[in-house]
Amino acid sequence: MAIIIGDETRVVVQGMTGNQGSFHTGQMLAYGTKVVAGTSPSKAGQEHQGLPVFASVREAVQERGANASIIFVPAAGAKDAAFEALDAGCKVVVMIPEHVPVQDSILIVEYARFKGAVLIGPNTFGLISPGKSKMGIMPNHIYKPGPVGLVARSGTLSYEIAAALSDAGLGQTTAVGMGGDPVVGQVFNDVLHLFERDAETKACVLVGEIGGSAEEEAAEFIKTMTKPVVAYLAGRAAPAGKRMGHAGAIIERGRGTLESKRLALEAAGATVVEMPWEVAPAVKKLLG
Amino acid sequence: MKLYEYLAKGRLKEHGIPVPPGRLCHTADEVAEAVKEISPAAVKAQVLVGGRGKAGGIKFAETAEEGRKVASEILGMNLKGYIVEQVYVEGKIDVEREFYVSATVDRNERRPLIMASAHGGVEIEDVEDKYIVRRHVDEAFGMSSYLARDIAAEMGLSGDIKEQVAQIIQKLYEVFRAEDAELVEINPLVVSQGKVIAADARLNIDDAALFRHKGLPEVAEGTELEQRVKEIGLAFVQLDGDIAVMANGAGMAMATLDALQHFGGRPANFLDAGGGASVEPTAQAMGVLVGMKPKAIFVNIFGGITRCDDVANAIVQVKRSTGIPVPLVVRLVGTNEQEGVDILRREGIDAFREMSEAAQRAVAVAGEGR
Repeated sequence: MAIIIGDETRVVVQGMTGNQGSFHTGQMLAYGTKVVAGTSPSKAGQEHQGLPVFASVREAVQERGANASIIFVPAAGAKDAAFEALDAGCKVVVMIPEHVPVQDSILIVEYARFKGAVLIGPNTFGLISPGKSKMGIMPNHIYKPGPVGLVARSGTLSYEIAAALSDAGLGQTTAVGMGGDPVVGQVFNDVLHLFERDAETKACVLVGEIGGSAEEEAAEFIKTMTKPVVAYLAGRAAPAGKRMGHAGAIIERGRGTLESKRLALEAAGATVVEMPWEVAPAVKKLLG
Repeated sequence: MKLYEYLAKGRLKEHGIPVPPGRLCHTADEVAEAVKEISPAAVKAQVLVGGRGKAGGIKFAETAEEGRKVASEILGMNLKGYIVEQVYVEGKIDVEREFYVSATVDRNERRPLIMASAHGGVEIEDVEDKYIVRRHVDEAFGMSSYLARDIAAEMGLSGDIKEQVAQIIQKLYEVFRAEDAELVEINPLVVSQGKVIAADARLNIDDAALFRHKGLPEVAEGTELEQRVKEIGLAFVQLDGDIAVMANGAGMAMATLDALQHFGGRPANFLDAGGGASVEPTAQAMGVLVGMKPKAIFVNIFGGITRCDDVANAIVQVKRSTGIPVPLVVRLVGTNEQEGVDILRREGIDAFREMSEAAQRAVAVAGEGR
């Protein structure tokens, strides 16, 4: 098993004919993802990467059985694209664009909740169930199938860790990019719930960062998990994050610092390592 | 982007939130004129730093002469590194009570959050949790008047004051939505002669939404160098160490600083060259690092969308044009790794595979570490 995406996932690429969309459609196809169509309002009716280009997601769903969408359109049009995909019945929507206005993201998250769909991102590298399917922009060669569930905020840092896991013989069930924005569809907590229920996932890796309090929230759930969790938190030496007036300080009330995250995770029973290269050895030790 | 106080208050006023009368001035003469109309007045430096009052950036005047005098003291002064170029002359208000209200985004709930307290004022961060009312708003349906009244009641208010505060909370949410705000904060919201007025306000607009809010004056934040790098389109923060750092992706850049510090090194900066940087911006970023005159430069790349050969070509380009006069340590793995390593090798630059080894090496060549 894997979480969120697998062999059954049939992907439509919104914004397939653009530079990024085109390149990554090719990469996803090369990985074996069942990409079934693309959309582009101006290039509807054409073929691209050997796939039909439709004017709307609805057509891709009706004619090609798409059930998931990955979005490559520019940030200003990202909200509309996400609503279109959700409205057409896509149950997984992955939003690659960065710089999506936060108020747009709030509405997208609400609509995804309403539609019962899984929203990944925005500002995410996507997600990959190694050997089955990938929806995202991660490099293809660093992942291997295996027992580790990986969830991260940040792309490149998670590649670093995924590659180290694979090199150590620790493949992954699914690697999920939560996305770097303040408001995203799936947070650590949500993804850890899915890994806890997934029979093939034997251990979880959480790659967090300074700021926000998604790691502290996750710690609440980790307390109840049966599977071991290894966490690496980036930002020990980082400059203090953007402080949002008094409101930020009041919301977080001392949370959001690296120390508060570490303490919360350790108190919940997670193994917190100091450096990225310590993740794989820690997982290996826990899995015996 | 943070807005100056006068702009923030202008926005509140447009949405019907009472604010004191005020006027933006650039010269002592303008201030003198303004004080004739608005008196007694507070003359407030328009800079985006906290603690203006304590630093001498807010003074009071009742006559034109006094206005001219305090204006000449404030205009041109250096307030925590910012030169004051404009002041806001605003009616001084008698404060009977101080409240706090704000609208912001709760990252965990992923919903707008209203916070309010009858214990407002500058010490709000020290107010106990039980005195702060927190209510989420379902953005799909917006703010209802019952919710605003509820919040005001929960603050412990009653009668006409409660009604006024409830109306302000409702309008505060309108501002939050209409202005694409990350934060709208009124602190203090004061009661003066029976009227509730926004005495100070903060409005931070989501940078990602600025395309919907054209015509706002750009407020420069950060050091000169930070502003210059921002113009290239890269995330950059100056630190006080001496190993210049470039990495791709914010998380990776943070982990790189952590690794240097772990081995006893002192990073000079945070630089995220982007998840998919091409040759030109990468070369520009390298140029910035060289210009910082560090003891060493550490480039840490895990190529995903970023291609190692692009990074290598950028390094070579800088080496050939301006030269790289300090020790350079490169760690390069991922997409097109072999091509990148070969390009560097032809220029006599060795690349590491392991991040830990490369970080140790960078610390060593900078003459630091344990």
